[in-house]
Amino acid sequence: MNPITEARAIFLQIAEQIENDILSGAHPEETQVPSTNEFAAFHRINPATAAKGVNLLVDRGILYKKRGIGMFVAEGARARIMATRREDFREQYVLPCWRKPTSSASARPRSPT
Amino acid sequence: MTDDTIVQAAGLTRRFGDVLAVDDASFELQADRIYGLLGRNGAGKTTLMHLLTGQDFPSAGALEVFGHAPAENAHVLQQLCFIKESQRYPDDFRVKHVLRSAPWFFENWDADFAEQLVDDFQLPLNRRIKKVSRGQLSAVGVIVGLASRAPLTFFDEPYLGLDAVARQTFYDRLLADYAEHPRTVVLSTHLIDEVADLLEHVLVIDRGRIILDEGADELRESATTLVGARATVDAFVGARDVLHRDGIGGLTSVTVTGLTAPERREATASGIELAPVSLQQLVVHLTRSSEKEFA
Repeated sequence: MNPITEARAIFLQIAEQIENDILSGAHPEETQVPSTNEFAAFHRINPATAAKGVNLLVDRGILYKKRGIGMFVAEGARARIMATRREDFREQYVLPCWRKPTSSASARPRSPT
Repeated sequence: MTDDTIVQAAGLTRRFGDVLAVDDASFELQADRIYGLLGRNGAGKTTLMHLLTGQDFPSAGALEVFGHAPAENAHVLQQLCFIKESQRYPDDFRVKHVLRSAPWFFENWDADFAEQLVDDFQLPLNRRIKKVSRGQLSAVGVIVGLASRAPLTFFDEPYLGLDAVARQTFYDRLLADYAEHPRTVVLSTHLIDEVADLLEHVLVIDRGRIILDEGADELRESATTLVGARATVDAFVGARDVLHRDGIGGLTSVTVTGLTAPERREATASGIELAPVSLQQLVVHLTRSSEKEFA
């Protein structure tokens, strides 16, 4: 488990943490994940913040709600997370490598496609 | 104002002679959230809480708590719990008397929960309240504040003398009980780093004025410290609002607010390092920069 850091909104870190656990197999698809209150107590954060992180994953179709029971990992969640992360990696790390460190945008040799 | 608004203050002011302890404060508190009321010593935190709990009268401005002016209003006051930094108890009270009399004032009082908290904090029930240590006195306040389950609970520096273990116990019990019994909690504190993750919303008061009223998540991403060669950093910062500036030799570090994602990439691309700013640092920078305004 990664500790909560200052760098980004906590709810994003919670969402990422749950995604990591889905990727690692700690939360297999179609199994129940802990409740928002359990996440809040474990990470020592405000329950509303934990709920925000969980709801983000519901919106992305990673988790789904079973009324009166709790949150479950959706089918195909793993594949979806991997696809999103691949895209993020390209945005954050691969594309910047194409830019010359000191040049301005116009001096970029060619656009990466 | 929404249906969830339980406190509404408009132009709230409290004057003591020449001193404006609370100066034209306008804000709202929503139901079932944990608020942080942050600010320096003498900034006006306690005066503001005195006003909200009807223990003092505003010099000017409008204030509604649960829809009414709080002063002398039983309907409002019975929904409040105010744990003061230095609460006084009757001289011959023992710890158990405090806990036994609490249900007279708080209709949601949970005696079992109080008992469990007494265990957690290892409080000597039979000791006279005058004889307990500073930390144990704070623990009594914390227990009353938690077990009262009042719809609006204020903790004014509740941790004085509490050791690190007891403070952690307080935060853990607060979170767990709040999750089960949502209510509005206002935490006034200097130990910002310790409570930062518990807060949903933050109010910063400085010289009586509310200088920040913002969600904790928004705040967390709002400020960034840029570190790099002075010329590069200065060129990037340009005319931005600078919260704080520091430097050594050719290196400089500048804290700014409101960087967008493309701007972050641009900064990184030009060799500037980005560092996050903790809530505590942000509050320190904010209260310092508003000081300069007056200088």
